Amino acid sequence: MMKNASISRRTLIAGAAAAAGGALLGDLTEADAQQKAAPPVAPPASPVAPADPSKAPGAPTTAVGSRSPFVNPQRTPTGEITGTALTPLQDLSGTITPADLHFTRIHAGVPTIDPAKHTLLIHGMVDRPIELSLADLKRFPAVTRMHFVECSGNGRAAYRTPKPQMTPQQVDGMISNSEWTGIPLSTLFREVGVHKDADWFLAEGGDACLMARSVPVSKGNDDAMIAYAQNGEALRPEQGFPIRLLLPGYEGNMNVKYLRRIKLGSDPFYTRWETSKYTDPLPGGKARWFSFELDAKSIITSPAFPEKLSGPGWWPISGLAWSGRGRITRVDISVDGGKTWAEAELVSPLTPKTQVRFQYLWNWKGGDAMIMSRAVDDQGYVQPTLAQLKAVRGPGTDYHFNSIRAWRVASDGIVTFEAAT
Amino acid sequence: MKLRIAVVAVVALTACKLEARDDYLGDKDPKQFGIGHTATAQEIAAEDIDVTPDGKGLPSGSGTPEQGSGVYQQNCATCHGVSGEGKPPAYPQLIGGPKTFDFASDFKTPRTIGNYWPYATTLYDYIRRAMPLTAPGSLTPDQTYAVTAFLLYKEGLVPAGTSLDARRLVAVQMPMRSHFVDDDRRGSNGGKNVR
Repeated sequence: MMKNASISRRTLIAGAAAAAGGALLGDLTEADAQQKAAPPVAPPASPVAPADPSKAPGAPTTAVGSRSPFVNPQRTPTGEITGTALTPLQDLSGTITPADLHFTRIHAGVPTIDPAKHTLLIHGMVDRPIELSLADLKRFPAVTRMHFVECSGNGRAAYRTPKPQMTPQQVDGMISNSEWTGIPLSTLFREVGVHKDADWFLAEGGDACLMARSVPVSKGNDDAMIAYAQNGEALRPEQGFPIRLLLPGYEGNMNVKYLRRIKLGSDPFYTRWETSKYTDPLPGGKARWFSFELDAKSIITSPAFPEKLSGPGWWPISGLAWSGRGRITRVDISVDGGKTWAEAELVSPLTPKTQVRFQYLWNWKGGDAMIMSRAVDDQGYVQPTLAQLKAVRGPGTDYHFNSIRAWRVASDGIVTFEAAT
Repeated sequence: MKLRIAVVAVVALTACKLEARDDYLGDKDPKQFGIGHTATAQEIAAEDIDVTPDGKGLPSGSGTPEQGSGVYQQNCATCHGVSGEGKPPAYPQLIGGPKTFDFASDFKTPRTIGNYWPYATTLYDYIRRAMPLTAPGSLTPDQTYAVTAFLLYKEGLVPAGTSLDARRLVAVQMPMRSHFVDDDRRGSNGGKNVR
C-alpha cells in the first residue's frame, strides 16, 4: 500500500508516529527512502481545546482518570491469542511503565479469573503442602519493589531483520518496569518447610496452556516474590491477575502469570517452554538451556525513529538501561558510532534489576551522527556490540539479544535505526 | 556531572537499605503463620499434572501411531498441517527439518520434535497442558498417548504399531538431547568476553 513513489519518506514518518505500526513500515521501499523530503503532512485531526482554557470552566471530576486527549500512547497488539503487545518506549518518561502500557506476551489468551475462586497450591518436596486463597496470601508480610520484566526474545526483530524505520517500541518494546507488591517466596517456602534436597520448583499458571517453568529454589529464597499488585493497584489481567511469580532479572517467560501451583522437586521439570522454546541455539551444534539472567542492556529512546531534530543545538539523549544481574553502575554514550564514549548522567534511583533512566546533553552540530548507548552493571559486565554478540551466538540464535543499539541522525535531522553496528 | 552521579547513587543505596523490609524473616517472626489450609490429596491430584523425563506423572493408558493419526487429523491438523508441516510462525512445524543442529546459523531453520526436543515425555506434558489450542485438556490419556506415538512415529523415533505407554515413552531417546548445554554466562566480561 505504500509502494506509491509520490508518498514521501517524511509522510511515512508522520504516519508511523501516529500509528507506530509494523505492517505500515514493512512495505517501505528503497525508492521511498531515498526520496527528497517533502513538507510534512498535517497529523490526524486533534481534539479541540478552547482558545484560552482559563476563560471558561473545565470538566467535572470523574470516577477513573484518563489521559489528555492530546496524548495517545499505544501498544502494538497482534490480534492473536499467542501474540504480543509492545510497550511504546518512545512515549514514556522516567522509569515507570503505566500498567495499561506494560508489554504483554500471551501463550493462550488472557484468562478471565475470579479472584475469589483462584488458589495457589504449594506441594511436592515440602513438609506441609498448603493451598492459599488470594485473601490468605495478603495476610503474609508484603514487600514492595521496583523491577523490570523483559521477554528474552526482546530485540529479536532488530537482530534478525532490522529496518531503518523501527521505533524503540519495535526494537525493544518487550520490556516494562513497575513497582510490584507481593510476598517474598522465601516466606512461603519457610511456611511449607521446603526439603533440603529440593533444588528446583515448577511454577505453573492457570491460563489455557497451564504455562509452566522450572526455577532454582535458590532464586526462590533470594529475591523472588508472588506479586498481587503493580503500580499501586491489582495486577492487570494481561500481567497475571490475580497473582504472578516475579523473578527479578530472569527472562520474562519465567515470571509465570495467573500462578496456580508451585511444586518443589529435586530436578528441573523440562517443560516445553524450557526445552523446545526459550533455549538459545549457539554455533558449534549447541543450544544453551536454563539461561535465566538477562544481561545488561540499554536503548536510547530519544532521539530515535520516527523523530526528526528540527535543527542543530542542544538535544538531550535520553534512554533506559537495565541489568538482570544487579545494579546499573554506568551508561556511556557515543555520538560518533562508537569511536569515542562519554559518561551519561543516571537520573533515577539505582536499585537492582530495575530500569534506570539516563540522560546526556548533546550539542548537535548538524552533520551526520550515529548515537549509541552502552550499559555497565555492578558485576563489571559491559553491554557488547552487535558484532561481538553475533560472533559468539550466531545470526540464528533466538533469545537474549542485548547488544548495543544505534540510531543514525542524518544532516537533515531525520533519525533512523542503524542495523549494521 | 560525575559527582552528581555519585551523590545520587549513595542516596539511592542508602534509601534502599533503610526503607526496604528484609526479605528474610528473623528469629522474632513466627516460624509458621498457619495461614491457608493443608492441601488434601484430592486437591493436589486435581492439579498435579506435570510429567518429567523419569516418567513421573504419566498416567496409565496407551495408544498407537495408527490410532494417533485419527486423533491428530481431527484435533491438530487444522493448525499444524496434515503432515505436521505447521503454519509458521503462529503454528509451528512439528515434523521434519534438518538433523544437523545448525540452528545458530539461520533462524529460518525449522526446529521440530525430531531435531530440537530433548525429551519425549515433554510431548505428553505439553499436549496435556495446552493442546488442542481451542479445547485444551480435552484429550483422554489414551488419545494423548496415541497422538504422541503418531508424532514420534512420523519422526522415525518409534516403529509402526507401537503401543505407547508410560514405560515405552520414557524409553524413547530423543536424538538431539546431547546438544543442550548449561548456561555458562557469568557476571563480568570486561567488555570482551562475550558469551
